[in-house]
Amino acid sequence: MLDFPRWKVISIWAIVLIGILFSIPSLLPSSARQHWPSFLPHSTISLGLDLAGGSHLLYEADIQDLNKQRLQTMEDTVTSEMGRGDTRIAISDISTSGGRVSFIVTDPTQVDSAVERMRSVTQGVGLTGTRDWDVGVVDLNRVVLTPTKSGIDQSLKDAMSAARDVVRRRIDPGGTKETTVITEGSDRILVQVPGVENPEELKRLIGQTARLEFKLVDLSSDPAQVQAGHAPAGSQILPMADGNGTIALKRRVIVSGDQLENARQGFDQDGRPVVEIKFNADGARRFGRVTQENVNKPFAIILDDKVLSAPNINEPILGGNAQISGGFTVETANELAISLASGKLPVKLNVIEERTVGPDLGADSIHKGVIASLIGTAGVIIFMLVTYGRFGVYANIALIVNGFLILGIMAVFNATLTLPGIAGFVLTIGAAVDANVLINERIREEHRRGRKIIDAIDTGYHEAMRAIYDANVTHVISAALMAYFGSGPVRGFAVVLLIGVVTSVFTAVFFTRMLVALWLRNKRPKTLPI
Amino acid sequence: MRLLKLVPDHTNVDFMRWRNLAVVISTLMTIASLAFTAYRGLNMGVDFVGGQMIRVSFVQPIDVEQLRGRVDGLKLGESSIQEFGGPKTYQIRLPKAEGGDAAANVAATRVKTMVTSTYPGARIDSVESVSGKVSEELAENGAMAIIFAMIGIAVYIWFRFEWQFGVGALVTLAHDISMTLGFFAFTRLQVDLNVVAAFLTVVGYSLNDTVVIYDRIRENLRKYRKMAILPLLNLSLNETLARTVVTSLTVLIALAVLMAIGPEVIFGLSLAIFLGVVVGTYSSIYVSTPVLVWLGVTPDSFVKTEAPDPTVAPAR
Repeated sequence: MLDFPRWKVISIWAIVLIGILFSIPSLLPSSARQHWPSFLPHSTISLGLDLAGGSHLLYEADIQDLNKQRLQTMEDTVTSEMGRGDTRIAISDISTSGGRVSFIVTDPTQVDSAVERMRSVTQGVGLTGTRDWDVGVVDLNRVVLTPTKSGIDQSLKDAMSAARDVVRRRIDPGGTKETTVITEGSDRILVQVPGVENPEELKRLIGQTARLEFKLVDLSSDPAQVQAGHAPAGSQILPMADGNGTIALKRRVIVSGDQLENARQGFDQDGRPVVEIKFNADGARRFGRVTQENVNKPFAIILDDKVLSAPNINEPILGGNAQISGGFTVETANELAISLASGKLPVKLNVIEERTVGPDLGADSIHKGVIASLIGTAGVIIFMLVTYGRFGVYANIALIVNGFLILGIMAVFNATLTLPGIAGFVLTIGAAVDANVLINERIREEHRRGRKIIDAIDTGYHEAMRAIYDANVTHVISAALMAYFGSGPVRGFAVVLLIGVVTSVFTAVFFTRMLVALWLRNKRPKTLPI
Repeated sequence: MRLLKLVPDHTNVDFMRWRNLAVVISTLMTIASLAFTAYRGLNMGVDFVGGQMIRVSFVQPIDVEQLRGRVDGLKLGESSIQEFGGPKTYQIRLPKAEGGDAAANVAATRVKTMVTSTYPGARIDSVESVSGKVSEELAENGAMAIIFAMIGIAVYIWFRFEWQFGVGALVTLAHDISMTLGFFAFTRLQVDLNVVAAFLTVVGYSLNDTVVIYDRIRENLRKYRKMAILPLLNLSLNETLARTVVTSLTVLIALAVLMAIGPEVIFGLSLAIFLGVVVGTYSSIYVSTPVLVWLGVTPDSFVKTEAPDPTVAPAR
């Protein structure tokens, strides 16, 4: 017991000091943190949204919407592929119903070449070369394209990573805020934004698909038919954004949001808020050509399948600049401008979980949590002191060091402290002294049995070790499962418990043992004060 | 300085004398808890059944009935309003909105708008909105974590000790979890994600006591090979009694402070752990230890002898 080598003493103190050093930046108020020397560690514990205030939003991709989009794109591809080249292939009755694209080749002798053309454009890319679509023929002359599982999976994967980037650009264009945007599983995106003042605005900003399209109005359509919902061939019927009826439009897209260079909020000549857009070179050329050919005819500006407005083309629009009006407020115009500038979401996203905590409640929780931790610790310290005297003092020093070590380790890993994490901290304080209780009770017992002071202490530490080890493993098992299955705040709780188990074994066993050994060596006590 | 000794030096309590009575009580309580939980159900929070919960702080105490009338006036389905931590703070709970996630969003927004416009200065503290799909996943994950933790710990005890001890640990855990469940069913306290964390902590903590006692039983079984099992269990329990009391008290002190002055949001978590510690302390003495008697633990359970010792009484 007395034999406590110098290198051990030095390394134990070194660990303690390093731990305290790492915990300090997290304890300093942010104003004082600037004066903290830069050569010292300065990573801090981050606060969870339930303490810092903020929004946690879990989005799920609308896979049906994505599949529908793919079918429509394939329909367009079919039309353009069949009409290409020297020998055009005449087709009819193209449809996207039943989750597949099918069409009839009018001349039965051309069926094989139609299939050949479609196969060449549906060949999957990549090493495996798996197809995105299966191409087949039924009833002699009907070609059917069915999406394959791997094609669907790949398109979802692409859409999700693109959507993640779009969301990130929308909520944090400068890339400076401490926001989290990550994909979870195959079809989810988790967004965490600290310190949100207005979560509704945030949700509108993220949730808007922002698919902008310009199409010509179909003037040939019969208004009665349009009202009944029957669109002429090559046209479609879309609702007006203000809810005032429907309108028939040519299906072909003149230009879309993909061809935008920039978008920002501005005002029209009457001072009403609008979104000013600027097309890129390709978009400007196409827009210019179509407006040139269709002067005095109306075109429609469509956002997410709703028609914002259908103004008349008074003169060709050649510069590539345009204004979108549609009863905006400055706020909504600004949101739309950001959404357009960041690109459209490749797939519709729905909120499936929202947790928002106001900054005041978070601050209140921290305040109460800190006070409770301090008073709880004080209570435990007094109790240990009156129960074990000198050995209680050692346990208490270990307890305080343990608190610093937990914070220090959390800071090193930049772990997140959540509200349940504070409970975990308090609980760890209560449970950490258990090791010392076990040891001290064992020392009392061995001493009662007649062992000499040093022998009793030695045996006490030795015999208590087994139970300490087993008891802590049970904690580790439950905390590890909590960390694995738990989400957000609960995981924060588990992390604190896990770290606390490890550090408490160090402080309660090795650290106090050293303190006791040094005392025995220096004082050579004649009685055992326990 | 005279040190505090809550438990005198030489206790000789005949714990095992009441073991049959204790088992009857424990069994009845467990059955009652489970039956009560099944009959009355748990007050599941939005985390596990979906829906929305909005917490609001008002500037001054308000008329709850009036607020209830106003929320009902929005026609968002069956809402419930509860005081939360004080007379100025309330939580408004809305059911899962019909018509999917967009509808859920609209519902929460309408409540928020109503509150901030009719009660000047009112502060929206938090909004939780969980869809049916996510709540199912959370409930499933929570249940899985608890079950895996119970099995994992029992298996660990089995490896470290003997199979009888593993079974004893599992029975103890089942007992403790049932009691805690029954308590939540009885008090109608809301069961949310935090409470699941508390259950897992109870699983870990409850075994803490049991492990310490099991460790002592194993030690004594090796030391006093001729001692009958009941006196040996009593001896082990008495030897560890001081530690059991002191440790439980330190944890309870810390938790009591947290419940009394800590943040309201984690009151349920603290209470569940507090209760689990009390139940766990009882069960480590009266559930996990008697089980060993029935499973026939003897000194032979640990000392692997090539030739069986005929002088040792066979397990009964």
